[in-house]
Amino acid sequence: MTRFIARRLVGMIAVLFAVSVIVFVVFMVLPKQNPAQTLAGKNATPLLVKNIEAEWGFDDSLPQQYLTMMKKVFTGELIQYEPRIPVDDRIIEGIPATFSLAIGAALIWLFFGLLLGYLSAIRAGGWLDRILTGVSIAGISIPVFFLGPVLIYFFSNKFEIFPNGQYVPFSEDPAEWLKHLILPWFTLAVLSIGFYSRVLRSNMLDVMNEDYVRTARAKGLSERQVMTRHVLRNSLIPIITLFGLDFGATIAGTAIITEAIFSIDGVGNYAAEAVQKFELPPIMGVALYGAFFVVLINTIVDIVYAYLDPRVRLGESASE
Amino acid sequence: MSQAPLLSVRDLRVGFATEEGVVQAVDGVSFDLRPGEVLAIVGESGSGKSVTAQTLIGLTRANNARIEGSVQLDGAELTEASDAEMRRLRGERIAMVFQDPMTSFNPVYRIGAQIVEAIRAHRPDTSKQQGKARVVELFEAVGIPKAAQRVDDYPHEFSGGMRQRAMIAMALALEPEVLIADEPTTALDVTIQAQILDLLEQLNREHNLATILITHDLGVVAEVADRVLVMYAGKVVEQGTLDEIFYDPQHPYTWGLLGSLTRIDRPRPHRLPQIAGQPPSLLDLPDGCPFRPRCPHEFGKCSEYPGLDARLAEAPEHRDRCWLTPEEKREKRMVEGQIGLEAPR
Amino acid sequence: MTLLLEVTDLVKHFPIKRGILIDREVDQVRAVDGVGFQVERGETLGLVGESGSGKSTACRAVLQLIKPTSGSVKFEGQEIAGLGRRQMTPLRREMQMIFQDPYASLNPRKRIGQIVGDPLKRQGVASGSELRRQVQELLERVGLSSEHFSRYPHEFSGGQRQRIGIARALALKPKLVICDEPVSALDVSIQAQIVNLLDDLQDELGLAYLFVAHDIGVVRHIADRIAVMNEGKIVEQGSADQVCEQPKDEYTKKLLAAVPIPDPKESRERHQRSSVQ
Repeated sequence: MTRFIARRLVGMIAVLFAVSVIVFVVFMVLPKQNPAQTLAGKNATPLLVKNIEAEWGFDDSLPQQYLTMMKKVFTGELIQYEPRIPVDDRIIEGIPATFSLAIGAALIWLFFGLLLGYLSAIRAGGWLDRILTGVSIAGISIPVFFLGPVLIYFFSNKFEIFPNGQYVPFSEDPAEWLKHLILPWFTLAVLSIGFYSRVLRSNMLDVMNEDYVRTARAKGLSERQVMTRHVLRNSLIPIITLFGLDFGATIAGTAIITEAIFSIDGVGNYAAEAVQKFELPPIMGVALYGAFFVVLINTIVDIVYAYLDPRVRLGESASE
Repeated sequence: MSQAPLLSVRDLRVGFATEEGVVQAVDGVSFDLRPGEVLAIVGESGSGKSVTAQTLIGLTRANNARIEGSVQLDGAELTEASDAEMRRLRGERIAMVFQDPMTSFNPVYRIGAQIVEAIRAHRPDTSKQQGKARVVELFEAVGIPKAAQRVDDYPHEFSGGMRQRAMIAMALALEPEVLIADEPTTALDVTIQAQILDLLEQLNREHNLATILITHDLGVVAEVADRVLVMYAGKVVEQGTLDEIFYDPQHPYTWGLLGSLTRIDRPRPHRLPQIAGQPPSLLDLPDGCPFRPRCPHEFGKCSEYPGLDARLAEAPEHRDRCWLTPEEKREKRMVEGQIGLEAPR
Repeated sequence: MTLLLEVTDLVKHFPIKRGILIDREVDQVRAVDGVGFQVERGETLGLVGESGSGKSTACRAVLQLIKPTSGSVKFEGQEIAGLGRRQMTPLRREMQMIFQDPYASLNPRKRIGQIVGDPLKRQGVASGSELRRQVQELLERVGLSSEHFSRYPHEFSGGQRQRIGIARALALKPKLVICDEPVSALDVSIQAQIVNLLDDLQDELGLAYLFVAHDIGVVRHIADRIAVMNEGKIVEQGSADQVCEQPKDEYTKKLLAAVPIPDPKESRERHQRSSVQ
């Protein structure tokens, strides 16, 4: 198992290195335009461009340029030029909001998704199953950019139960923090609830037909024991991989739309702004931030998966 | 030798409601199992042998299943037992071993843990250590070497034969009175099969363990069985002692099964005798004898469903479902000097 | 020249890799470890072995479905070991395979006529109504009816599906058919039907078979010669009668001794004999 973990950690570093090289190539090397011009932004003065050229060393060899870029990233010198603020400061500022949104929504979608999936599976074919299937499919089908505004309209404007946006830090006011996040959480979670419930339902129906479930019954285990220890345990394993991908992506910024709709000042919103204004430093910063979290979470998921499913720990034990 | 039967099955019927109609998987099966006896149930796909076995321990209970008839264990009627009672019985009084040991164990748990789980389901006061010690004991009894280490292995770390031994160990954990083995060696290599059969035979002898062996392989039957039930299309078509079935078979299907066997110890026939046609579809059975479409000896009376009767005065326990007279049977079953069904073309 | 297939020193190793960042080969699984045999035109060579013996891997290596690690495979005198896909394509007409699992080896989305006709189409042998005619002829030859042409695999039983697989294999009129456990997944009463069918087709069409199975009883019936495989090597080879009646190798003896004899008296005697020893 330790060898497996070591492999994954090394792999993680390798992937991050590869991503940084790709970011470098895509943003700095490939464009035909003078990279300093791109960095300077739309309203750059020629003087600014010259300064940037000197700072970033575009006369140096490519590997040297890469090192300069990475140095800037790690020492917090990656600066956006309009307004003139360090990118990493801005990202760090945005993290609490994005994390609150992502983690909250993830917990909600996991809980409801798995609950609905479980109920659907054990009553497969019945009326409950059909209703829940309809609900799931509706959830999967409703786009965030439609659901968000609709919810705001009903729950915020019309009935004034929830505020219509903004993020209130937890440290400032826990109650407000919660109130402000409920609609965004729900908006972000609905899609995944539908999706996860379908996946769990499908996995469970497959597993319930497996021979080892029959063996478990033949041993004299109670239905409850059969369901939890054998059916659920095995059905949940693939969901962990799915969750890793989803959660990683959400933190990395797919919450962009939700953050934009609800005016939450997280990393996703920052990324949206940067793309609109086409400012290169923040785009690079967010890309690297995103890559880091996606890779980290997926590595954790891989390790957890190997812990849960011994067959995955390739080459760790000798077979007879 | 009249010991009271341990397990007594009378007119067992199991039907499943499907979209295409009712599938009568088991259609009137009756037999007794005496303590220490090995009963083989022989049949091919659709014969109902597995459904019969699974029904004995209540595994076929479902909304779309209709179970009629009687199954008595030591006098207690099982078909009317509650789900909780059936659960207590499974593993403790009647244990079952299935065909494919690879898929019959949960791949994510250690084998020892799965056996301890079986023990603790019935004896919750057993500690994990006690359970583990018992598993080591069982592994040794079934011939798994390095038992103490292997307890913590996962199913994929065992070879096929060892996994099946572990399955048998799990079945024996609570010292059941009856062992049902459903095609226990079909998925195994022939050399391993021989070892497993030896093991089953040894357990039967040493523990007086009554065994129901389900198989399609008559070679396996010849090695271990005391009595044999031959099933076809959900019905018993012949039953008797081992020697009666092999040396004095009364039903054409039995002749066909015996005839199509390859025998290493005899010169090879020019052509392998076969049974014509396909195994029956339970949705589309003919009137009368279910074997009619494939039987070269069919005649008028076959459209009337034959009863399972003892037709030989000297063998009152040897029953079959065929209208041919004993003389006709003796004559028709000999094909080119051997017992078989069809004349090879 | 009647020698159809000549295999010499065939080896197929699968590397076992370990490592943290980069995989290094630390050991090998010697699936096929120096195997040699010959098949003459129109004869049947039986290849017997248990699981893990390497017999299925050997078949795939012979057909170049996997690339042999080393060794020679000559078909009609031509060396085919290591040939690429394009070079093998014309040869595929001569060498075909029948598989074990009748439920997995037929594409459930295609009709029978399509499954059997595809090889003909792909090799450009026939098309249109001529294709249809040839396919129907093949179906009848394997004991099905030509009206089965437009049905789907799930409408057939295991034995019938195996017949479809055989029809497909015969479509291109091959000289050699490799049968990889063709009857193991079938009911006993159907096994005999399929074995007899294969026998008949061999007589009719002059086919050569490489018949691979773990059931030595079935192999003995259909094979002219038998090779016994164990752990990647052939441990004994000879005529079917010779190998079964006078085995020389310990493993062969063990294999034969393990086959259950469907005769209670014999079985009892055998037990007594072995317990006396």
